[in-house]
Amino acid sequence: MADSAPPSAPLLRTPLHAWHAAHGAKLVGFAGYEMPVHYSDGIIAEHKHARSQAVLFDVSHMGQVSLWGDEAVRALERLVPADLLELPPWAMRYTQFTNEGGGIIDDLMVTNGVGRLMLVVNASRKPDDLAHLDARLGHAVDIALLKGRALIALQGPQAAGVLARHAPRAARLSFMTAVPTRIGRVDVVISRSGYTGEDGFEISMPSEAAEEIWRRLAAEPEVKPAGLGARDSLRLEAGLCLYGHDIDEAVSPVEAGLAWSIGRRRRREAGFVGDARILAELRGTPARRRVGILPEGKAPAREGTEIQDEAGVPVGTVTSGGFSPSLGVPIAMGHVEVRTADIGTPVRLIVRGEPRLARIAQLPFVPHRYHKA
Amino acid sequence: MAGLKYIKSHEWARIDGGVATMGISDYAQGQLGDVVYVELPPIGKKVEAGGQVAVVESVKAASEVYAPIAGEVIEVNAKLADDPALINRAATGDGWFLKLKLANPGDGSALMDEAAYAKFIEGQK
Repeated sequence: MADSAPPSAPLLRTPLHAWHAAHGAKLVGFAGYEMPVHYSDGIIAEHKHARSQAVLFDVSHMGQVSLWGDEAVRALERLVPADLLELPPWAMRYTQFTNEGGGIIDDLMVTNGVGRLMLVVNASRKPDDLAHLDARLGHAVDIALLKGRALIALQGPQAAGVLARHAPRAARLSFMTAVPTRIGRVDVVISRSGYTGEDGFEISMPSEAAEEIWRRLAAEPEVKPAGLGARDSLRLEAGLCLYGHDIDEAVSPVEAGLAWSIGRRRRREAGFVGDARILAELRGTPARRRVGILPEGKAPAREGTEIQDEAGVPVGTVTSGGFSPSLGVPIAMGHVEVRTADIGTPVRLIVRGEPRLARIAQLPFVPHRYHKA
Repeated sequence: MAGLKYIKSHEWARIDGGVATMGISDYAQGQLGDVVYVELPPIGKKVEAGGQVAVVESVKAASEVYAPIAGEVIEVNAKLADDPALINRAATGDGWFLKLKLANPGDGSALMDEAAYAKFIEGQK
Protein backbone atom coordinates (compact mmCIF):
# COMPACT_ATOMS: atom_id res chain seq x y z
CA MET A 1 0.00 0.00 0.00
CA ALA A 2 1.14 3.52 -0.72
CA ASP A 3 1.73 5.78 2.27
CA SER A 4 0.19 9.23 2.38
CA ALA A 5 2.48 12.22 2.05
CA PRO A 6 3.64 13.96 5.23
CA PRO A 7 2.23 17.43 5.90
CA SER A 8 4.40 20.28 4.64
CA ALA A 9 3.69 22.90 7.32
CA PRO A 10 2.91 22.72 11.05
CA LEU A 11 -0.79 22.12 11.49
CA LEU A 12 -3.12 24.42 13.43
CA ARG A 13 -5.28 23.03 16.20
CA THR A 14 -8.85 23.81 17.19
CA PRO A 15 -9.81 24.38 20.85
CA LEU A 16 -11.12 20.78 20.88
CA HIS A 17 -7.89 19.15 19.69
CA ALA A 18 -6.99 17.77 23.12
CA TRP A 19 -10.43 16.23 23.50
CA HIS A 20 -10.19 14.56 20.10
CA ALA A 21 -6.72 13.18 20.82
CA ALA A 22 -7.90 11.78 24.17
CA HIS A 23 -10.97 10.12 22.65
CA GLY A 24 -9.55 7.89 19.96
CA ALA A 25 -9.59 10.30 17.03
CA LYS A 26 -7.46 9.52 14.01
CA LEU A 27 -6.10 12.98 13.24
CA VAL A 28 -5.16 14.14 9.75
CA GLY A 29 -4.17 17.38 8.12
CA PHE A 30 -7.08 19.20 6.50
CA ALA A 31 -6.99 22.80 5.22
CA GLY A 32 -4.01 23.53 7.47
CA TYR A 33 -5.61 22.09 10.61
CA GLU A 34 -5.07 18.80 12.40
CA MET A 35 -8.60 17.41 12.44
CA PRO A 36 -10.34 14.12 13.36
CA VAL A 37 -11.13 12.05 10.26
CA HIS A 38 -12.87 9.49 12.45
CA TYR A 39 -12.93 8.15 16.00
CA SER A 40 -12.64 4.51 17.08
CA ASP A 41 -16.03 3.44 15.65
CA GLY A 42 -14.99 4.37 12.12
CA ILE A 43 -16.57 6.41 9.33
CA ILE A 44 -19.42 4.05 8.48
CA ALA A 45 -20.64 3.73 12.09
CA GLU A 46 -20.39 7.49 12.61
CA HIS A 47 -22.22 8.14 9.35
CA LYS A 48 -25.07 5.78 10.28
CA HIS A 49 -25.30 7.32 13.73
CA ALA A 50 -25.80 10.74 12.13
CA ARG A 51 -28.67 9.34 10.05
CA SER A 52 -30.29 7.49 12.98
CA GLN A 53 -29.49 9.53 16.11
CA ALA A 54 -27.11 12.49 16.46
CA VAL A 55 -23.41 13.28 16.03
CA LEU A 56 -21.13 16.15 16.98
CA PHE A 57 -18.62 17.60 14.54
CA ASP A 58 -15.86 20.01 15.45
CA VAL A 59 -15.92 22.50 12.56
CA SER A 60 -13.92 25.19 14.33
CA HIS A 61 -11.48 25.24 11.43
CA MET A 62 -14.11 27.04 9.35
CA GLY A 63 -13.87 30.80 9.11
CA GLN A 64 -16.32 32.91 11.10
CA VAL A 65 -16.35 36.42 9.70
CA SER A 66 -18.26 39.48 10.90
CA LEU A 67 -19.23 42.43 8.67
CA TRP A 68 -20.75 45.59 10.02
CA GLY A 69 -21.37 49.21 9.09
CA ASP A 70 -24.38 51.02 7.60
CA GLU A 71 -23.76 49.73 4.11
CA ALA A 72 -22.74 46.18 5.01
CA VAL A 73 -25.73 44.42 3.45
CA ARG A 74 -25.67 46.38 0.20
CA ALA A 75 -21.90 46.02 0.04
CA LEU A 76 -21.93 42.26 0.49
CA GLU A 77 -24.61 41.96 -2.18
CA ARG A 78 -22.04 43.18 -4.69
CA LEU A 79 -20.01 40.02 -4.05
CA VAL A 80 -22.75 37.37 -3.94
CA PRO A 81 -25.85 36.55 -6.02
CA ALA A 82 -28.17 36.01 -3.02
CA ASP A 83 -30.86 38.47 -2.01
CA LEU A 84 -29.65 39.76 1.34
CA LEU A 85 -31.74 42.97 1.58
CA GLU A 86 -34.85 40.95 2.29
CA LEU A 87 -33.11 38.64 4.77
CA PRO A 88 -35.15 38.90 8.02
CA PRO A 89 -33.37 39.31 11.36
CA TRP A 90 -31.63 36.06 12.35
CA ALA A 91 -32.40 34.36 9.04
CA MET A 92 -29.56 32.85 7.03
CA ARG A 93 -28.81 32.20 3.38
CA TYR A 94 -26.47 29.90 1.51
CA THR A 95 -24.58 31.77 -1.21
CA GLN A 96 -21.26 32.08 -3.08
CA PHE A 97 -18.53 34.66 -3.50
CA THR A 98 -18.28 34.89 -7.29
CA ASN A 99 -15.37 36.11 -9.41
CA GLU A 100 -15.39 38.29 -12.53
CA GLY A 101 -15.60 35.23 -14.71
CA GLY A 102 -18.69 33.97 -12.91
CA GLY A 103 -16.79 31.20 -11.10
CA ILE A 104 -16.94 30.56 -7.38
CA ILE A 105 -14.29 31.92 -4.98
CA ASP A 106 -16.01 30.20 -2.05
CA ASP A 107 -19.43 29.11 -0.85
CA LEU A 108 -20.68 30.40 2.45
CA MET A 109 -23.51 30.95 4.91
CA VAL A 110 -24.66 34.50 5.69
CA THR A 111 -26.77 35.26 8.77
CA ASN A 112 -28.49 38.58 9.46
CA GLY A 113 -27.13 39.07 12.98
CA VAL A 114 -28.98 42.39 13.45
CA GLY A 115 -26.37 45.13 13.30
CA ARG A 116 -23.86 42.81 11.69
CA LEU A 117 -23.67 40.08 9.11
CA MET A 118 -22.22 36.77 10.26
CA LEU A 119 -20.46 34.69 7.63
CA VAL A 120 -19.19 31.12 7.80
CA VAL A 121 -16.64 30.33 5.08
CA ASN A 122 -14.51 27.30 4.20
CA ALA A 123 -11.30 26.79 6.16
CA SER A 124 -9.25 26.33 3.00
CA ARG A 125 -10.53 29.60 1.55
CA LYS A 126 -10.15 31.94 4.52
CA PRO A 127 -7.12 33.84 3.14
CA ASP A 128 -8.68 34.24 -0.32
CA ASP A 129 -12.04 35.27 1.10
CA LEU A 130 -10.54 37.84 3.45
CA ALA A 131 -8.37 39.30 0.69
CA HIS A 132 -11.42 39.51 -1.58
CA LEU A 133 -13.56 41.17 1.10
CA ASP A 134 -10.81 43.65 2.01
CA ALA A 135 -10.08 44.56 -1.60
CA ARG A 136 -13.70 45.00 -2.61
CA LEU A 137 -15.41 46.23 0.55
CA GLY A 138 -12.66 47.31 2.91
CA HIS A 139 -13.28 51.01 2.21
CA ALA A 140 -16.98 50.80 3.09
CA VAL A 141 -17.44 48.06 5.66
CA ASP A 142 -15.75 46.79 8.83
CA ILE A 143 -14.55 43.22 8.40
CA ALA A 144 -13.25 40.89 11.10
CA LEU A 145 -12.19 37.26 11.06
CA LEU A 146 -13.30 35.99 14.47
CA LYS A 147 -10.24 34.04 15.53
CA GLY A 148 -11.42 33.52 19.08
CA ARG A 149 -14.50 31.48 18.24
CA ALA A 150 -15.17 27.79 17.89
CA LEU A 151 -17.94 26.11 15.86
CA ILE A 152 -19.63 22.80 16.66
CA ALA A 153 -22.23 21.05 14.50
CA LEU A 154 -24.85 18.81 16.13
CA GLN A 155 -26.52 16.81 13.36
CA GLY A 156 -29.11 14.07 13.15
CA PRO A 157 -32.78 13.29 13.77
CA GLN A 158 -32.23 13.38 17.56
CA ALA A 159 -30.32 16.69 17.47
CA ALA A 160 -33.34 18.84 18.39
CA GLY A 161 -34.27 16.60 21.30
CA VAL A 162 -30.74 16.77 22.61
CA LEU A 163 -30.42 20.52 22.18
CA ALA A 164 -33.78 21.14 23.89
CA ARG A 165 -32.12 20.05 27.16
CA HIS A 166 -29.42 22.72 26.83
CA ALA A 167 -30.78 25.56 24.69
CA PRO A 168 -34.59 25.26 24.48
CA ARG A 169 -35.03 28.41 22.38
CA ALA A 170 -32.66 27.08 19.75
CA ALA A 171 -34.46 23.75 19.59
CA ARG A 172 -37.56 25.62 18.36
CA LEU A 173 -35.81 27.32 15.43
CA SER A 174 -36.84 26.48 11.89
CA PHE A 175 -34.33 25.54 9.17
CA MET A 176 -31.96 28.35 8.14
CA THR A 177 -32.67 30.63 11.08
CA ALA A 178 -30.50 31.43 14.08
CA VAL A 179 -30.75 32.79 17.61
CA PRO A 180 -28.35 34.30 20.13
CA THR A 181 -28.84 32.33 23.32
CA ARG A 182 -26.94 30.60 26.11
CA ILE A 183 -25.75 27.13 26.94
CA GLY A 184 -25.12 27.11 30.67
CA ARG A 185 -23.47 30.48 31.27
CA VAL A 186 -21.94 30.78 27.85
CA ASP A 187 -23.28 33.17 25.21
CA VAL A 188 -23.62 31.28 21.94
CA VAL A 189 -25.22 31.77 18.54
CA ILE A 190 -27.08 28.70 17.31
CA SER A 191 -28.43 28.19 13.80
CA ARG A 192 -30.58 25.37 12.50
CA SER A 193 -28.37 24.35 9.62
CA GLY A 194 -25.70 21.87 8.64
CA TYR A 195 -23.92 19.91 5.96
CA THR A 196 -25.39 16.42 6.30
CA GLY A 197 -28.93 16.62 4.88
CA GLU A 198 -30.25 15.88 8.37
CA ASP A 199 -31.95 18.19 10.80
CA GLY A 200 -29.32 19.81 12.97
CA PHE A 201 -27.63 22.85 14.42
CA GLU A 202 -24.38 24.77 14.29
CA ILE A 203 -23.26 26.39 17.54
CA SER A 204 -20.80 29.29 17.55
CA MET A 205 -19.12 30.05 20.88
CA PRO A 206 -15.99 31.57 22.40
CA SER A 207 -13.05 29.18 22.02
CA GLU A 208 -12.48 28.96 25.76
CA ALA A 209 -15.99 27.54 26.24
CA ALA A 210 -15.82 25.02 23.41
CA GLU A 211 -14.67 22.02 25.41
CA GLU A 212 -17.25 22.55 28.15
CA ILE A 213 -20.10 22.75 25.62
CA TRP A 214 -18.75 19.84 23.59
CA ARG A 215 -18.53 17.69 26.74
CA ARG A 216 -22.12 18.54 27.71
CA LEU A 217 -23.47 17.53 24.33
CA ALA A 218 -21.19 14.50 23.91
CA ALA A 219 -22.43 13.20 27.29
CA GLU A 220 -26.00 12.90 25.98
CA PRO A 221 -26.93 9.26 25.33
CA GLU A 222 -27.96 9.83 21.70
CA VAL A 223 -24.75 11.64 20.75
CA LYS A 224 -21.45 10.35 19.39
CA PRO A 225 -18.56 12.36 17.98
CA ALA A 226 -17.97 12.11 14.24
CA GLY A 227 -15.04 13.14 12.07
CA LEU A 228 -14.50 14.72 8.69
CA GLY A 229 -14.77 11.33 6.97
CA ALA A 230 -18.43 10.94 7.91
CA ARG A 231 -19.01 14.64 7.25
CA ASP A 232 -17.83 14.06 3.67
CA SER A 233 -19.86 10.89 3.06
CA LEU A 234 -22.97 12.51 4.59
CA ARG A 235 -22.72 15.64 2.42
CA LEU A 236 -22.13 13.53 -0.69
CA GLU A 237 -25.29 11.48 -0.01
CA ALA A 238 -27.08 14.81 0.54
CA GLY A 239 -25.81 16.10 -2.83
CA LEU A 240 -24.03 19.08 -1.27
CA CYS A 241 -21.00 20.69 -2.90
CA LEU A 242 -17.50 20.55 -1.45
CA TYR A 243 -15.36 23.56 -2.37
CA GLY A 244 -12.27 22.71 -4.41
CA HIS A 245 -13.95 19.56 -5.71
CA ASP A 246 -17.52 20.13 -6.97
CA ILE A 247 -17.11 23.89 -7.20
CA ASP A 248 -14.12 26.12 -7.83
CA GLU A 249 -13.02 29.34 -9.51
CA ALA A 250 -13.98 28.02 -12.95
CA VAL A 251 -17.42 26.58 -12.09
CA SER A 252 -20.40 28.92 -12.03
CA PRO A 253 -23.28 28.63 -9.56
CA VAL A 254 -25.58 27.74 -12.47
CA GLU A 255 -23.34 24.90 -13.67
CA ALA A 256 -23.09 23.69 -10.09
CA GLY A 257 -26.88 23.43 -9.78
CA LEU A 258 -26.99 26.27 -7.26
CA ALA A 259 -29.29 28.59 -9.23
CA TRP A 260 -31.89 28.12 -6.47
CA SER A 261 -29.64 30.25 -4.26
CA ILE A 262 -29.69 33.23 -6.68
CA GLY A 263 -32.28 35.78 -5.59
CA ARG A 264 -35.11 36.76 -7.92
CA ARG A 265 -34.40 40.47 -7.50
CA ARG A 266 -30.71 39.84 -8.16
CA ARG A 267 -31.57 38.16 -11.47
CA ARG A 268 -33.55 41.23 -12.46
CA GLU A 269 -31.17 43.90 -11.20
CA ALA A 270 -27.80 42.14 -11.56
CA GLY A 271 -25.03 44.13 -9.85
CA PHE A 272 -22.83 41.36 -8.48
CA VAL A 273 -19.37 40.21 -9.48
CA GLY A 274 -19.58 37.80 -12.42
CA ASP A 275 -23.21 38.64 -13.15
CA ALA A 276 -22.74 38.68 -16.96
CA ARG A 277 -21.92 34.98 -17.27
CA ILE A 278 -24.21 33.84 -14.48
CA LEU A 279 -27.29 35.68 -15.77
CA ALA A 280 -26.57 34.53 -19.34
CA GLU A 281 -26.42 30.92 -18.14
CA LEU A 282 -29.71 31.41 -16.28
CA ARG A 283 -31.37 32.70 -19.48
CA GLY A 284 -29.88 30.00 -21.65
CA THR A 285 -28.05 26.80 -20.81
CA PRO A 286 -24.62 26.34 -19.26
CA ALA A 287 -22.11 24.15 -21.10
CA ARG A 288 -22.03 21.56 -18.32
CA ARG A 289 -23.92 20.68 -15.19
CA ARG A 290 -23.23 19.09 -11.84
CA VAL A 291 -25.06 15.76 -11.65
CA GLY A 292 -25.39 12.73 -9.41
CA ILE A 293 -23.91 9.48 -10.69
CA LEU A 294 -24.78 5.93 -9.63
CA PRO A 295 -22.13 3.41 -10.73
CA GLU A 296 -23.34 -0.10 -11.45
CA GLY A 297 -21.48 -2.71 -9.43
CA LYS A 298 -19.49 -2.01 -6.33
CA ALA A 299 -16.35 -0.21 -7.47
CA PRO A 300 -16.30 3.43 -6.31
CA ALA A 301 -15.39 6.04 -8.92
CA ARG A 302 -13.14 8.64 -7.30
CA GLU A 303 -12.61 12.33 -8.00
CA GLY A 304 -10.92 12.81 -11.36
CA THR A 305 -12.49 9.75 -13.00
CA GLU A 306 -13.28 10.41 -16.67
CA ILE A 307 -16.94 10.19 -17.67
CA GLN A 308 -17.78 9.08 -21.23
CA ASP A 309 -21.03 8.79 -23.13
CA GLU A 310 -22.17 5.39 -24.43
CA ALA A 311 -20.11 5.86 -27.58
CA GLY A 312 -16.93 6.39 -25.56
CA VAL A 313 -16.70 10.15 -26.10
CA PRO A 314 -15.50 12.05 -22.99
CA VAL A 315 -18.33 14.18 -21.53
CA GLY A 316 -17.04 15.10 -18.10
CA THR A 317 -15.28 14.26 -14.85
CA VAL A 318 -16.19 12.92 -11.42
CA THR A 319 -15.75 15.71 -8.84
CA SER A 320 -16.65 13.74 -5.68
CA GLY A 321 -16.84 9.98 -5.52
CA GLY A 322 -17.05 7.44 -2.78
CA PHE A 323 -19.24 4.99 -0.98
CA SER A 324 -22.69 5.58 0.48
CA PRO A 325 -22.94 3.96 3.92
CA SER A 326 -26.73 4.52 3.90
CA LEU A 327 -27.31 2.84 0.53
CA GLY A 328 -24.42 0.37 0.65
CA VAL A 329 -23.32 1.24 -2.89
CA PRO A 330 -20.85 3.63 -4.51
CA ILE A 331 -22.13 7.13 -5.34
CA ALA A 332 -20.57 10.11 -7.06
CA MET A 333 -21.12 13.60 -8.36
CA GLY A 334 -19.52 15.09 -11.42
CA HIS A 335 -19.69 17.70 -14.14
CA VAL A 336 -20.99 16.53 -17.52
CA GLU A 337 -21.98 18.15 -20.79
CA VAL A 338 -25.63 19.13 -20.78
CA ARG A 339 -26.48 16.53 -23.46
CA THR A 340 -25.70 13.74 -20.97
CA ALA A 341 -27.03 15.46 -17.85
CA ASP A 342 -30.58 14.09 -17.83
CA ILE A 343 -31.46 11.70 -15.02
CA GLY A 344 -31.20 8.10 -16.15
CA THR A 345 -28.70 8.78 -18.95
CA PRO A 346 -26.27 5.84 -19.22
CA VAL A 347 -22.61 6.81 -19.04
CA ARG A 348 -19.27 5.05 -18.65
CA LEU A 349 -16.76 5.72 -15.90
CA ILE A 350 -13.13 4.96 -16.66
CA VAL A 351 -11.86 3.37 -13.44
CA ARG A 352 -8.23 2.20 -13.60
CA GLY A 353 -8.44 2.14 -17.37
CA GLU A 354 -11.59 0.01 -17.52
CA PRO A 355 -14.96 1.43 -18.61
CA ARG A 356 -17.69 0.75 -16.05
CA LEU A 357 -21.39 1.39 -16.50
CA ALA A 358 -23.19 4.08 -14.52
CA ARG A 359 -26.27 6.27 -14.76
CA ILE A 360 -26.93 9.94 -14.13
CA ALA A 361 -28.93 10.00 -10.90
CA GLN A 362 -31.23 12.34 -8.99
CA LEU A 363 -29.64 14.40 -6.23
CA PRO A 364 -29.75 14.07 -3.30
CA PHE A 365 -29.07 10.34 -3.02
CA VAL A 366 -30.62 10.38 0.47
CA PRO A 367 -33.60 12.72 0.99
CA HIS A 368 -33.03 15.86 3.08
CA ARG A 369 -34.82 15.92 6.41
CA TYR A 370 -34.56 19.59 7.32
CA HIS A 371 -36.90 21.06 9.92
CA LYS A 372 -38.96 23.54 7.93
CA ALA A 373 -41.64 25.31 9.96
CA MET B 1 0.35 -14.28 14.22
CA ALA B 2 3.42 -16.46 13.84
CA GLY B 3 4.78 -17.34 10.44
CA LEU B 4 3.77 -14.14 8.66
CA LYS B 5 6.27 -12.18 6.62
CA TYR B 6 5.85 -8.49 5.79
CA ILE B 7 7.03 -5.83 3.35
CA LYS B 8 7.35 -2.10 3.96
CA SER B 9 4.21 -1.29 1.96
CA HIS B 10 2.25 -3.18 4.65
CA GLU B 11 1.36 -6.44 2.90
CA TRP B 12 1.88 -9.83 4.53
CA ALA B 13 2.52 -13.29 3.13
CA ARG B 14 2.33 -16.75 4.65
CA ILE B 15 4.47 -19.17 2.65
CA ASP B 16 3.59 -22.84 2.67
CA GLY B 17 4.83 -25.43 0.20
CA GLY B 18 5.57 -23.11 -2.72
CA VAL B 19 2.35 -21.09 -2.26
CA ALA B 20 2.07 -17.70 -0.56
CA THR B 21 -1.22 -16.51 0.90
CA MET B 22 -1.21 -12.71 1.11
CA GLY B 23 -3.15 -9.76 2.40
CA ILE B 24 -2.66 -6.37 4.07
CA SER B 25 -1.48 -5.95 7.65
CA ASP B 26 -3.65 -5.19 10.64
CA TYR B 27 -1.82 -1.85 10.90
CA ALA B 28 -2.72 -1.12 7.26
CA GLN B 29 -6.42 -1.88 7.72
CA GLY B 30 -6.45 0.40 10.76
CA GLN B 31 -4.91 3.19 8.71
CA LEU B 32 -7.41 2.68 5.88
CA GLY B 33 -10.53 2.51 8.00
CA ASP B 34 -13.71 0.85 6.75
CA VAL B 35 -12.97 -1.16 3.61
CA VAL B 36 -15.84 -1.01 1.10
CA TYR B 37 -14.40 -2.62 -2.04
CA VAL B 38 -11.56 -4.85 -3.13
CA GLU B 39 -10.46 -5.36 -6.71
CA LEU B 40 -8.74 -8.72 -7.09
CA PRO B 41 -6.71 -9.90 -10.10
CA PRO B 42 -7.74 -12.63 -12.54
CA ILE B 43 -6.52 -16.16 -11.85
CA GLY B 44 -3.32 -16.75 -13.80
CA LYS B 45 -2.02 -13.18 -13.51
CA LYS B 46 1.73 -13.12 -12.95
CA VAL B 47 3.28 -10.49 -10.70
CA GLU B 48 6.78 -9.46 -9.70
CA ALA B 49 7.74 -8.87 -6.09
CA GLY B 50 6.55 -5.35 -5.28
CA GLY B 51 4.25 -5.28 -8.31
CA GLN B 52 0.65 -4.09 -7.99
CA VAL B 53 -1.68 -7.06 -7.58
CA ALA B 54 -4.93 -5.66 -6.13
CA VAL B 55 -6.73 -2.47 -5.08
CA VAL B 56 -8.38 -1.89 -1.71
CA GLU B 57 -10.86 0.94 -1.26
CA SER B 58 -11.97 2.51 1.99
CA VAL B 59 -14.77 5.03 2.33
CA LYS B 60 -12.21 7.76 1.71
CA ALA B 61 -9.74 6.48 -0.87
CA ALA B 62 -8.39 3.75 -3.14
CA SER B 63 -4.99 2.18 -2.35
CA GLU B 64 -2.84 -0.13 -4.42
CA VAL B 65 -1.83 -3.47 -2.93
CA TYR B 66 1.56 -4.93 -3.85
CA ALA B 67 2.75 -8.54 -4.03
CA PRO B 68 5.32 -9.32 -1.32
CA ILE B 69 6.82 -12.01 -3.53
CA ALA B 70 6.85 -12.92 -7.23
CA GLY B 71 4.33 -15.50 -8.41
CA GLU B 72 1.18 -16.43 -10.28
CA VAL B 73 -2.30 -15.83 -8.85
CA ILE B 74 -3.93 -19.23 -8.28
CA GLU B 75 -6.82 -18.29 -5.99
CA VAL B 76 -8.59 -15.15 -4.74
CA ASN B 77 -10.70 -14.77 -1.61
CA ALA B 78 -14.26 -14.85 -2.97
CA LYS B 79 -15.71 -13.80 0.39
CA LEU B 80 -14.29 -10.28 -0.01
CA ALA B 81 -16.72 -9.45 -2.81
CA ASP B 82 -19.73 -9.54 -0.48
CA ASP B 83 -17.95 -8.74 2.76
CA PRO B 84 -14.92 -6.49 2.18
CA ALA B 85 -15.07 -5.49 5.87
CA LEU B 86 -13.56 -8.94 6.59
CA ILE B 87 -10.28 -7.12 6.00
CA ASN B 88 -11.02 -4.82 8.93
CA ARG B 89 -12.15 -7.65 11.18
CA ALA B 90 -9.42 -10.18 10.33
CA ALA B 91 -6.71 -8.64 8.16
CA THR B 92 -4.22 -11.48 8.64
CA GLY B 93 -6.84 -14.26 8.80
CA ASP B 94 -10.17 -14.55 6.93
CA GLY B 95 -9.44 -11.21 5.26
CA TRP B 96 -6.68 -12.65 3.06
CA PHE B 97 -6.62 -11.37 -0.53
CA LEU B 98 -5.17 -14.08 -2.72
CA LYS B 99 -2.75 -16.97 -3.14
CA LEU B 100 0.38 -16.85 -5.28
CA LYS B 101 2.22 -19.87 -6.66
CA LEU B 102 5.80 -18.78 -6.09
CA ALA B 103 7.85 -18.08 -9.18
CA ASN B 104 10.97 -19.06 -7.26
CA PRO B 105 10.30 -21.44 -4.37
CA GLY B 106 12.70 -20.35 -1.67
CA ASP B 107 11.92 -16.65 -2.17
CA GLY B 108 10.76 -14.80 0.89
CA SER B 109 13.77 -15.01 3.13
CA ALA B 110 14.37 -11.28 2.64
CA LEU B 111 10.93 -10.33 4.00
CA MET B 112 10.47 -8.91 7.49
CA ASP B 113 9.30 -11.23 10.22
CA GLU B 114 6.66 -10.16 12.74
CA ALA B 115 9.14 -8.54 15.12
CA ALA B 116 10.98 -6.64 12.40
CA TYR B 117 7.68 -5.37 10.97
CA ALA B 118 6.45 -4.28 14.41
CA LYS B 119 9.67 -2.28 14.79
CA PHE B 120 9.24 -0.84 11.30
CA ILE B 121 5.72 0.48 11.92
CA GLU B 122 6.76 1.83 15.30
CA GLY B 123 9.27 3.94 13.39
CA GLN B 124 6.50 5.20 11.08
CA LYS B 125 4.31 6.61 13.86
